Amino acid sequence: MSHSPILIIIIPLISSFFVPLIGWRKKNLCYPLVVLALFISSILSLYIMGSVITHGSIYYRLGGWEPPWGIEYRIDYLNGFMAVIVSFISFLVAIYSRRSGEQELPDRIVHFYCIFLLLVTGLLGMVVTGDMFNLYVFLEIASLAAYALIAIGEDGALMGSFNYLIMGTIGACFYLLGVGYLYIVTGSLNMNDLSQILPGLYHSRVVRTAFALFIVGLALKMGLFPLHTWLPDAYTHAPSAVSALLASVMSKVSVYIMIRIMFTVFNPYFSIELIPITTMLSWTAGIAILFGEIMAIVQPDLKRMLAYSSVAQIGYIVLGIGLANTMGLTGSLLHVLNHALTKGCLFLGAGAITYRRGTRDIRQLGYLHVEMPFTMAAFTIAALSMIGIPPTCGFFSKYYLILGAIDARQWIWVIILLLSSLLNAIFFFRVIENAYFKPLGVIHESSYDRGEQEEANEVPLGMLIPILALAAAIILTGIFSGKIISTIIQFAIPEGI
Amino acid sequence: MISRYESIIITTLCKLLIPVIQLYGLYVIMHGHSSPGGGFQGGVILGASFILLVISHGLDEVKKRMSEKLNTIFCSFGLLIYAGLGVLALIFGGNYLDYGHLPIPVTIAEARYLGILGIEIGVGITVMAVMISIFLDISSVGEQE
Repeated sequence: MSHSPILIIIIPLISSFFVPLIGWRKKNLCYPLVVLALFISSILSLYIMGSVITHGSIYYRLGGWEPPWGIEYRIDYLNGFMAVIVSFISFLVAIYSRRSGEQELPDRIVHFYCIFLLLVTGLLGMVVTGDMFNLYVFLEIASLAAYALIAIGEDGALMGSFNYLIMGTIGACFYLLGVGYLYIVTGSLNMNDLSQILPGLYHSRVVRTAFALFIVGLALKMGLFPLHTWLPDAYTHAPSAVSALLASVMSKVSVYIMIRIMFTVFNPYFSIELIPITTMLSWTAGIAILFGEIMAIVQPDLKRMLAYSSVAQIGYIVLGIGLANTMGLTGSLLHVLNHALTKGCLFLGAGAITYRRGTRDIRQLGYLHVEMPFTMAAFTIAALSMIGIPPTCGFFSKYYLILGAIDARQWIWVIILLLSSLLNAIFFFRVIENAYFKPLGVIHESSYDRGEQEEANEVPLGMLIPILALAAAIILTGIFSGKIISTIIQFAIPEGI
Repeated sequence: MISRYESIIITTLCKLLIPVIQLYGLYVIMHGHSSPGGGFQGGVILGASFILLVISHGLDEVKKRMSEKLNTIFCSFGLLIYAGLGVLALIFGGNYLDYGHLPIPVTIAEARYLGILGIEIGVGITVMAVMISIFLDISSVGEQE
């Protein structure tokens, strides 16, 4: 099992090559293969996390070459934690994708699965690698796969995908330029090696430029406020399984890379003291929170509303990084997990509603609690978690973020965080009100027979199980958040903060 | 749909050139690991030879030699050679992509040499197939199956 860091990547990778071969003969066999591959990856990620907890960091030398010359995979608490999130959410989304894929892209399902596995490969690769350039390669694999996956969505997806392609490519270019600059001055690409060479060079302009390039490039990739313009279109028009995966996992991986670069490759002293980056990050994050939520309030389209809410949630996570103290980062990392679960559940729920109703207009959701009781219950739990009501997990990450802001004596963030809960409540209660309290007669122009609506018309079990699993996970993570912090997150916070 | 170009000069010239181009592509692939060249460059040259065949002799002529089904198989097959060699090294006790552990009766240095040649061949096949499939998709506006 010493090969688990590489197996977690190559199992989805090799399966993605087999998918088109199998799909040519039997389309039905693709789905079990995808689910099986991601299931093995999830189990391996749990095994890796377990052995990190018991034995400490894991190292793996690709091709047997010694670092810093060869590529080294290095898994500690931080990326072990990320790998578990990425593999489990993609496993659940893969289960869900069968029925929604049948409806949304009936003739392109083979291509969909092939690219889907490549996306997961790229995301897992970014998480486990300890090499700056190798990270760029995986970033490109994941990004190219994401562009293609968005483009096979409904009408309007092409334009969204094209915007994302342009912005994402600029982001990736900035990252690559940063890697190039660091390579010029240090001659190394290994993260651990860089972290030992760089402290002597902190006053070099090249190093500072590289740092700025990294931050801007990654902010573009994660959709931080002024650079978020690609995000709403891309998330709205992508197939529902893809929106769920992108919103819950892909943006988090960019956040992970930002934490890694700010606090591992560069040390906290540089990122906090020498450069005023944390102040800038917290201000942009603060504006992102308010902007995203105010924009979400005015959206009539359910998925677009969730997309703008994602802009705000990225703000929360970056705010925790910007606070740069233990409480803030704890909140940030906890929110990475919580938002992945919650947004995953919401987007899958929105997909399920679209699957049955054929519309995403919030005003036409009346009577959903009778038609789809379980989906709506899960959706409501996730919405409560977004607002931050205990015992759902959203409460705890906001709690730690507010503690972090108090620790830093920056009261403005406390106000913004509390205000944002209210804003969240406004737009999520719009959905809940429409679904639960609007009487039947309000539904206009609905073509189906009114008599049938008296009984439940739930989505197929394959779609329902992932949604319910995520909803259950939201509550369990909330209840056991203390345990998660004491076993994983407190060790994942970089030293020297 | 691109049809045969009705000019005896062009069709004859291409008929003469294409085998030479393909031979050159193979040469570039085979020398990638020890001298300038490589799987990607060689694959592009091989793909270009097929594209030249489409332009001069028409799409049907190419479909006879390289159907889309075969092309898709090549796409995956090349990558499987690459990843498969890595897994083979892993099975025989090395790390992933550690060609020194490939089960061939030569010294470790020679095994690495052959391992890299193997992945260059894989890369060449995939790049060729992807070049062809991109060109066919664009030229047929995505209508071909």
